[in-house]
Amino acid sequence: MRATCWMGRGKVEVRDVPDPQILNSHDAIVRVTSTAICGSDLHLYDGFIPTMKKGDVLGHEFMGEVVEVGPEVHDLRPGDRVVVPFPISCGSCWACENELFSICENSNPNAGIAEKLLGHSPAGIYGYSHMLGGFPGGQAEYARVPFADVNPIKIEDDLPDEKVLFLSDIFPTGWIGAEMADIKDGDVVAVWGAGPVGQFAIASAFLMGAERVIAIDRFPYRLRRVERMGADPLDYEEAIDVPDALRDMTGGRGPDCCIDAVGLEAHHATPMYAYDRAKQATRLETDRPFVLREAIMSCRNGGTVSVVGVYGGFVDKFPMGSLMNRSITLRGAQCHVQKYLRPLLDRIRNGDIDPSFVVSHHMSLDDTPRGYRLFRDKREECNKVVLHP
Amino acid sequence: MTDEDRRRADRLARALGVAGLGLGIAPLTATDAISRLCGVDDSGTARTMLRLAGVRELVHSVLLLGSRSPAPLVWTRVVGDMLDLTALGLAASNRTGHRRTRVLAVTAGVAAITAADVYTALCGLRRRAPEHARAGTVHATITVNRPRDEVYRFWHDFENLPQFMIHLDTVRDLGDGRSHWRATGPLGRTLEWEAEMIDDRPDELIAWHATQGMIAGNSGAVRFTDAPGDRGTEVRVTLQYAPRGGGAVAAFTRLLGEHPDQMVRDDLRRFKQVMETGEVVLSEGMPMGTHAKRQLRQRAAQPMSRGGGGFR
Repeated sequence: MRATCWMGRGKVEVRDVPDPQILNSHDAIVRVTSTAICGSDLHLYDGFIPTMKKGDVLGHEFMGEVVEVGPEVHDLRPGDRVVVPFPISCGSCWACENELFSICENSNPNAGIAEKLLGHSPAGIYGYSHMLGGFPGGQAEYARVPFADVNPIKIEDDLPDEKVLFLSDIFPTGWIGAEMADIKDGDVVAVWGAGPVGQFAIASAFLMGAERVIAIDRFPYRLRRVERMGADPLDYEEAIDVPDALRDMTGGRGPDCCIDAVGLEAHHATPMYAYDRAKQATRLETDRPFVLREAIMSCRNGGTVSVVGVYGGFVDKFPMGSLMNRSITLRGAQCHVQKYLRPLLDRIRNGDIDPSFVVSHHMSLDDTPRGYRLFRDKREECNKVVLHP
Repeated sequence: MTDEDRRRADRLARALGVAGLGLGIAPLTATDAISRLCGVDDSGTARTMLRLAGVRELVHSVLLLGSRSPAPLVWTRVVGDMLDLTALGLAASNRTGHRRTRVLAVTAGVAAITAADVYTALCGLRRRAPEHARAGTVHATITVNRPRDEVYRFWHDFENLPQFMIHLDTVRDLGDGRSHWRATGPLGRTLEWEAEMIDDRPDELIAWHATQGMIAGNSGAVRFTDAPGDRGTEVRVTLQYAPRGGGAVAAFTRLLGEHPDQMVRDDLRRFKQVMETGEVVLSEGMPMGTHAKRQLRQRAAQPMSRGGGGFR
């Protein structure tokens, strides 16, 4: 089959690889009909996530048709149409029983590697490094889906792919970003990063009762998009001092809820950027935490900072004093997607939201390398690339 | 080697660093006096050499005082000492009379410093002795989301152990609490031994030791306790390898690989997978479950060609 392979920093290739096969009795094989490039794939593309190996198949946002199931799969059969959540979960450990699917205790065969960097291991993730399991991803013609009775959600009506595909990651991720931010009626929410996850966080924040959402980015086409969604755009390259601008916009209080939808490759327009770039380049810190610092410093006293942008390791100059002295709550998670599949699918069905609004590009699988380039370089107003194998 | 030994080696190294500051500053600030003392005040080249030695001495000190674990860095001093001794040897062979006497006296001094440096550097070497060179105990623990009696029963049947213990090929129950174990070490060598259960308290503890074979005398125990908050069973494994006979220890640690703690912990993780999900979870990057040495090496995360392994 054809599959998108990571071939080193800044290099992806669509190559011929063997077809996947059933390895565990709970596996299913899915013929991929739609798959997308995620902002977090760009962290792999740019070489910031450790333990990638040349030839790794990428992609953790995918859906398709079941073509084969293992002997212990009971709820799915060939022909079923499914969306596959990006974290792999066993369904029987304590974490899964408590709906904390992205920290499943059994789905990462390389938990020992993850423990060294993270203390304890999270769940395995498709196409997202060997530290997180060494599972091939879904930017391919076929994919193996472990624990097939637990993970995928069946789509039984005729909703088109592009309306349900984003249940695999970015819609629930934006949703949990807003949920962790503890939004109450009348709150002012600031979202750093107006990419697809930020856009879903904004949409979710409004659905949860936010009175005002401020979106911080620097790309005019993204800021125009979020403005159309009803958010107030804030161009950080114009504002220069974002906490100051946010203070102005909120009568001196600061936003009640701050969402970091950027993560470890934050860009910004001050000399601190050069400092973080240099430290990251020399591996003195793994992540550039500029957004995290800004979100904590901007947040109103007693507010909440929610992190859904991906971080990989360690950050420095973390404003602990601000967090502690000002009663700020900090939360983060890889989304527990499986928990949100059913309720969010219902919201799509009843018309609360149509997730296809993020899509800017459709491509064939063979065009994937161009998709990565466009998305990384923010050319052609690239917002979200959907690939069709 | 104990932590105390480590700290001692590092303390010595730091002391050498401080002493080196003096030895480095003196030739730079009082070149004339020092060159007279060394008996080389008759040569411009020697004075330059002396200053260079001073600078080098400061570099060593900065290295030693700037490092959190300076002991291994003392080797840089040993190399410097060799240079000094060579230079002093040349100086002595070119001189006679009281100058030669002074050069030889200084040489003796440098030789004493060299001895101190070598001693400290060797101490630093010993601290890096590999973990498996020590006989002793391996310990690991995990929480399994299953009732205690079920977890106990599964472990109690030793024939189940190869399902999750990577180094075991087979365990055969011989009856009367005795069993025959066969394993493959990382080097592909087959090891066999007989074990007998020496303690068995239902739902609480199973202990065994090896009676015959290459690792006779080694023992293991697994304890089961209820996890708080109804979270299942806490499983604690302790393996002890007896220090008697270097061969047995070596065989056992070879079996466990370079990092025995990690190996046993990974075994327990697979045990948890088997108990909670029914099987060992496989990924294409690590496709062979408990059944091959290839487990230890990651392959690219892409599907395998047919017959490459997988579902058993």
